[in-house]
Amino acid sequence: MVERSVKITNKLGLHLRAAYLLVKTASAFRSDIYLLKDSIEVDAKSIMGLLGLEAAAGTELRVRVKGPDEQDALAIVAGLIEAKFNEED
Amino acid sequence: MAGSKIELVANGIAASPGIAMGPAAVLARTDIVVPKRRLAGKEVEAEVERLGRAIDATKAQLAEIRNKVAKEMGGSYARIFDAHIMLVEDKASMDEVYSSVRAGNNAEFALNSVFLKHERLLWEKGDVYIKDRAADIRDVRIRVLSNLSGTSKVPSDLSKIAAGVVVIAHDLSPADTARMRKGNVMAFATDVGGRTSHTAIMARSLEIPAVVGLTNITARVQDDDFVIVDGNRGKVIVNPSRATEERYSREIQRYASFTKGLQQFKDLPAVTVDGHSVMLSANIESHEEVDSVLEHGAQGIGLYRTEFIYIGREGLPSEDEQFQLYDSVASRVSPHPVIIRTMDLGGDKFLSDVESPKEMNPYLGWRGIRFSLTRKDIFKTQLRAILRASARGNIKIMYPMISNTDELVQAIGVLEDAKKELGAEGRTFDRDCEVGIMVETPAAVMIAKELAEHADFFSIGSNDLIQYALAADRGNEKVAYLYEPLHLAVLRFINQAVRAGSEAGIWVGLCGEMSSDPVCALVLLGMGIDELSTSPYVVPEIKEMVRSISYSDAKKVAEEALLTSDPAKIRRRAMEVIGGGHAESLL
Repeated sequence: MVERSVKITNKLGLHLRAAYLLVKTASAFRSDIYLLKDSIEVDAKSIMGLLGLEAAAGTELRVRVKGPDEQDALAIVAGLIEAKFNEED
Repeated sequence: MAGSKIELVANGIAASPGIAMGPAAVLARTDIVVPKRRLAGKEVEAEVERLGRAIDATKAQLAEIRNKVAKEMGGSYARIFDAHIMLVEDKASMDEVYSSVRAGNNAEFALNSVFLKHERLLWEKGDVYIKDRAADIRDVRIRVLSNLSGTSKVPSDLSKIAAGVVVIAHDLSPADTARMRKGNVMAFATDVGGRTSHTAIMARSLEIPAVVGLTNITARVQDDDFVIVDGNRGKVIVNPSRATEERYSREIQRYASFTKGLQQFKDLPAVTVDGHSVMLSANIESHEEVDSVLEHGAQGIGLYRTEFIYIGREGLPSEDEQFQLYDSVASRVSPHPVIIRTMDLGGDKFLSDVESPKEMNPYLGWRGIRFSLTRKDIFKTQLRAILRASARGNIKIMYPMISNTDELVQAIGVLEDAKKELGAEGRTFDRDCEVGIMVETPAAVMIAKELAEHADFFSIGSNDLIQYALAADRGNEKVAYLYEPLHLAVLRFINQAVRAGSEAGIWVGLCGEMSSDPVCALVLLGMGIDELSTSPYVVPEIKEMVRSISYSDAKKVAEEALLTSDPAKIRRRAMEVIGGGHAESLL
């Protein structure tokens, strides 16, 4: 299992389109991928779960990955969040 | 059109410029009635299949909308519908729905309960951005329920909206807006939202007028009521009288020809024909509005409302984060000044981190400087960030809601502490940064002379001053008629503040809506106001008015206005001076 902290820096936080991209990206991996905020843990492959995570700009999250491709999955998923979901805002 | 119905004026936030009129299309916040039924054992399989068919139909409809939107509005809007499709495919939630059906619940009830549970959690969190997500889940829920019930009517199906209507809604999600056919909607008016909300941003990108934050416009308008949306001044007029409608028809034409000539007009100074100049600046609530300020030829920012940096987010904004915002605004507007008003939290705007008491009278409560002085930690962080930005830009600091001299002295004390700290850290800042106050309480007017001993300028906050002076909440439709900017009491208050300022040798501006109305602006000019700050879109109109009149005429109108208790008479008198071809009073 690997994990890493990331900070949400895009203005709208984990909004609908960002959550969509995150699920798309996470679903490409075989590993189980979770986002943790305080004591709450959600499945990064579930859009409903991600939308429910109160992750506004400035929130610190942990990305936790477990499975055969965990290193790659962590790098790509955490990277997407750090790249502000490749959006301009 | 202007039949027997009574004209009603609603005030909100000018979110996208322009003026439009047309019949209203009210988007009801319809919630479908969800039947609840226990299934007999042998019914379960059929119910599972029925749910499956409704989900498939939903996906097919969403895919169709997605393709249409991709063609008309581009990929980033289309992605909203990709996400909606993903919501009905969400494994965890759909597993929960199906197992509820297998446990004997009908499909409508099962789906509704699971989706609603997620929506409620988001609604309770209070943040505007998060509420948008709940609206998306709701959209999908309603669509599946409609498909289950077999009704073809999908609520808020904006793609079917007729041409030439004004859309009235509680709020518009990006999904709602994206579904509207380009060119069919003349304007938006919504109950909630601010100048940086989705609705506002979408309206500006579609180049149609919008007024948001109208509180209860959906309850006051019915389908096909005739509606005027004035996106320049933040007004919506429902069932206008014939006279109002004619006035606005002329205004629409004038505004259209006017915006064409905007470019050549924007660099001209705001000087009367007899050489008296007044400073015209703009009000903003987000750094994103700076372009608009510059495009409309404002000479700086007369009011930068900073409370929006604090709300709709998690935790407090850091000093560095604030510094970057203030620095970017000030350096883009430089050499013109930016007046940064320290956070005016309270009233209807509260920090998510600070416990906010329910108040009986929020506008008489813990807000503005009262909040800042009890949370000096938060206050000083803001002042440090502002001071640091003053190293590069032309920045002035302004405190809101001052009602006694002690508050001002205390606030200056915190500022001096911040300066000492920054000095000790070796940071640069403008040591002579001007410090002023909002004059918005009747108390501040009455002690303006004493306050002027500690302030470098006054900016009259007319919206609140009028409410406080006339003891009338303009959000309350029973007493909104009392809200009259040209009430003699209001004019005397303003005049007294202007006099006190000029006697003390400090400048006096006005940053409320009064400065957006040509008639009021003329009266203010005649009183000797030094600065008028309006929404960016209105700056050119007021400039045109200033350039067409003489200061001596304005002074005469102001003198008469200070002696009459008949606002209609002042309006007529001002219109004579401004001239029929020019702006008419739209307040």
